[in-house]
Amino acid sequence: MALALSRTAFRPAATPGQWALVGAIGLLLLFFLVLPVATVIYVAFTEKGTGAFTLVNFLDFVRTDLFVTSFWNSVYVSAMAVALASVFALPLAYITTRFQFRGALLIQTLGFVPLIMPPFAGAVAMQLLFGRNGSLNLLLDDWFGFKIPFMEGLNGVVFVQAVHYFPFILVNLSAALRNIDRAMEEAAQNLGCSGFRLFRRIVFPLALPGYLAGASLVFVKVFDDLATPLLLNVKDMLAPQAYLRVTSIGIADPMGYVIAVVLIVVSVLAMAASAAATRGRDYSTVQRGGGGLAKRAMTRWESAAAYAVVFLILALVLAPHLGLLLLSVATVWSFSPLPDAYTVAHYARVFGESSVYIKNTLLYATLAGLIDVLLGGAIAYLVLRTRLVGRHWLDWAASAALAVPGVVLGIGYLRTFFGVQLPDGRSLASLWIMIVLALAVRRLPYALRACHAALQQIAVSLEEAAENLGATKARTVRRVVVPLMMGGILAGFVSSFATAAVELSATLMLVQNTSDAPLAYGLYVFMQSPAGRGPGAALGVVAVLLVAVCTYLSHLVIERGQRAKSAPMGASP
Amino acid sequence: MTRSGIALALMALIAGAGSAVAQAPSGKVTVITSFSKDVTDPFKKAFEKAYPGTTLEVQNRNTNAGVKFVEETKGNTQTDLFWASAPDAFEVLKGKGLLQKYQPKAQGIPETIGAFPINDREGFYFGFAASGYGIMWNERYARANKLPEPKEWSDLAKPAYYDHVSIAAPSRSGTTHLTIETVLQGEGWDKGWRTLKEMGGNLRQVTERSFGVPDAVNSGQVGVGVVIDFFAFSAQASGFPVKFVYPSVTTIVPANVGIVANAPNKAGAEAFVEYLLSPAGQEVLLEPSIRRLPINPAVYAKAPADYPNPFKDPSLGAKVKFDVDVSEKRTAVVDTLFDQLITFQLDALKAATKAIHEAEAALAKKDNPQGRALVGQARDLVAAMPVTEAQASSPEIAGAFTGAKEKGARQAELEQQWAAFAKERYAQAAAKAGDAAKLAR
Repeated sequence: MALALSRTAFRPAATPGQWALVGAIGLLLLFFLVLPVATVIYVAFTEKGTGAFTLVNFLDFVRTDLFVTSFWNSVYVSAMAVALASVFALPLAYITTRFQFRGALLIQTLGFVPLIMPPFAGAVAMQLLFGRNGSLNLLLDDWFGFKIPFMEGLNGVVFVQAVHYFPFILVNLSAALRNIDRAMEEAAQNLGCSGFRLFRRIVFPLALPGYLAGASLVFVKVFDDLATPLLLNVKDMLAPQAYLRVTSIGIADPMGYVIAVVLIVVSVLAMAASAAATRGRDYSTVQRGGGGLAKRAMTRWESAAAYAVVFLILALVLAPHLGLLLLSVATVWSFSPLPDAYTVAHYARVFGESSVYIKNTLLYATLAGLIDVLLGGAIAYLVLRTRLVGRHWLDWAASAALAVPGVVLGIGYLRTFFGVQLPDGRSLASLWIMIVLALAVRRLPYALRACHAALQQIAVSLEEAAENLGATKARTVRRVVVPLMMGGILAGFVSSFATAAVELSATLMLVQNTSDAPLAYGLYVFMQSPAGRGPGAALGVVAVLLVAVCTYLSHLVIERGQRAKSAPMGASP
Repeated sequence: MTRSGIALALMALIAGAGSAVAQAPSGKVTVITSFSKDVTDPFKKAFEKAYPGTTLEVQNRNTNAGVKFVEETKGNTQTDLFWASAPDAFEVLKGKGLLQKYQPKAQGIPETIGAFPINDREGFYFGFAASGYGIMWNERYARANKLPEPKEWSDLAKPAYYDHVSIAAPSRSGTTHLTIETVLQGEGWDKGWRTLKEMGGNLRQVTERSFGVPDAVNSGQVGVGVVIDFFAFSAQASGFPVKFVYPSVTTIVPANVGIVANAPNKAGAEAFVEYLLSPAGQEVLLEPSIRRLPINPAVYAKAPADYPNPFKDPSLGAKVKFDVDVSEKRTAVVDTLFDQLITFQLDALKAATKAIHEAEAALAKKDNPQGRALVGQARDLVAAMPVTEAQASSPEIAGAFTGAKEKGARQAELEQQWAAFAKERYAQAAAKAGDAAKLAR
């Protein structure tokens, strides 16, 4: 922390390599995000009839009651969702990283699963459990004669969104907690600080970058999400309003794109605000290899209480996936607490065709995740470690991707790239790599925030030391920065990978060949008919399992790394 | 592109070159469709069997994504056919010059089914199947909530169904749009909107996709839904506890297919259209997982005994006259009116409707002429329309929605006016109905 002063001083002139990096990332974002989106949403700034530049559409926006109400509803829902998601995420993150807790790895993985909500199938499962006539309400009505509106109105959206997106906070906060220097905690303890005060004054403030990275993602994601409000039939929020207008056939109205512009502006502002909240403070700690906080053993009572809390939270947030599982083995499930009968026929039906979907999903999501951590890590490094002109623009542009509706990006890609012909006459936009790029662009903010938070926790002095010893910049990055950031990089990869694996809206625009289709597309195709509900849910279960296994493996890698680091150091404290 | 994709594309190229010389269809025929796998799989199998050497490449997209895709890819079209229900989507494609004119050779297909013309008058798209609109309900839900069995559209406006009904927004579902338009043409503009709003006051939800309605009824999240018949039939075939009825005045709407302009495999596309319209293709429609109404009357001879036959049963669609010109002129206006007056004002409309139901229940117990008058006024307030029938199809208003080149009112301005109009009147109606209920006490 004493390094706070030296840090601002240490901003050497940019190397040519850094300039090249800024240029390359800038071009990439320009071609695969800014231009395609601009070709679609420029309509927001044109006058009806003449096509001349105008801002009158934005005046219409503030004059229309529906849009103003929608705006404030979206703000309310996003803020409340962050609060509720924190309630879910804080105990899980703290208990699993702070104490010797059996099953911590499993809990970290399970706590991540809610992020993977397959389109359509997840929605149906959720309604069947928590809906007005879902299992829970049917039982409540039967036993006590009342129902709880879990999934009604704005508060219903808050509930579902918090369940869905709290893993963003969990993942980023856990990564941050693991990075805290044990010496800080020990120093505080030596000075007589303990218990909740220790958490409030030392541990949580040091982990703040991770928490804020997660919380800002939840806020912006909820603000821009259209699937959940539409599932709950809440239409007076901004993102659904934009979606409904952009995707209504035959209506040439600029307002959908006006709303998209508003969404993008608010998202970038929210990200900037979270960055401002951590500005001027230093979160980096020098010592590495302490393996994060000391893991304390719990007394029997503490342990029982901890297990109870963890179990309750997991039961709540994993209920939708339990519903999905039931749906995938149900014959008929209608207006009853449980399905009428069970079968494995749905799995048999999807077995034959799912292998190509699985292969494509793994390929696309892995590539997208890799692209995202590469870009995200590079942007975070440029923003935090250099003073290059325009580095913040990279950050903002990448964050804005969060607010671009998938369908807008999909149309933009077709418009920009379909005219480009390859030598064999096919169009550039029909290559499967375009799906990967669209997925990577859409999920880049997740990896970026994770990498940004991880780099904030690393003291610059470590890099200075390396360079003083004669290492080049590139070598320093490779041998010092990247290894120290590994936890954050993996958190970013997992978030991008998992959510890319179930993305549908841009994919649906870009898939041009069944042999190129990912799981989410197959699921969509099934979920359009009553007979397809079971098979669709079965594919959904396959998607969740696939991503969960990959997540578990990457957690395993993190744990291994931590143990490898702490083993030699731990012997000589 | 993929591993196998290159081979496929090469095949398509060869097929495309070949078709110019010899007319025998072969190679890959690419079709964009909103139909589910249950519909496309049997057709794919049957078509590939009937035309050996062809492959039907089915690309599932929702109707809107499909339209946008065809539009954005017109410079280098890779698509041969567009295959979907909603006639409005085909109208948009036709308007943008994205469809190819064609004269089907198939015999034995009449001009109209019910009141609807089967084919586009200018020959850009063709009906291949028909479906009727009706009411679907969940039996378990109905039993638990003691709902009577609905028979007619007007039943859905009764107090018993308050908060139990679901419909797809006409702006999102071309087939729902046709049903709304039929009500408006059948009952007249003002009376029709009165009916729609009285039904609207009982709505639990207005979904943003057609399948959202049967999905919610199947799960028992809502009791009653306004749906197209095959959704109910295929749900029954899958074992869901749902029932379906055609009201005595219903609409029969065609589902369509059209050839995309500059289709790379034109011979294959034409072959597929001919196959859909041939007796063999029409028979595929009778399969339980599809269960749509053939447009070739002769095919009904092979149908099961209880299969609805619009060519024999006069209640199926024949009672309503449908004027395509009137409908076309005001499509966007009708959809936007429904959204602004019903979908986005649902809470206010439901509050007014509930107050009216309660006042009428109170008056039924203890009559009061002044109260009756107040309820009548409340109903009129709910039914009031911000635009007349003539205004709705006037170029000034319709032009605001179609992106017309002339300057004029913007869509957002009109929407705000209409929404404010409805909101104010729904609040007044609720207040009047409340007063009426007090008088009856």
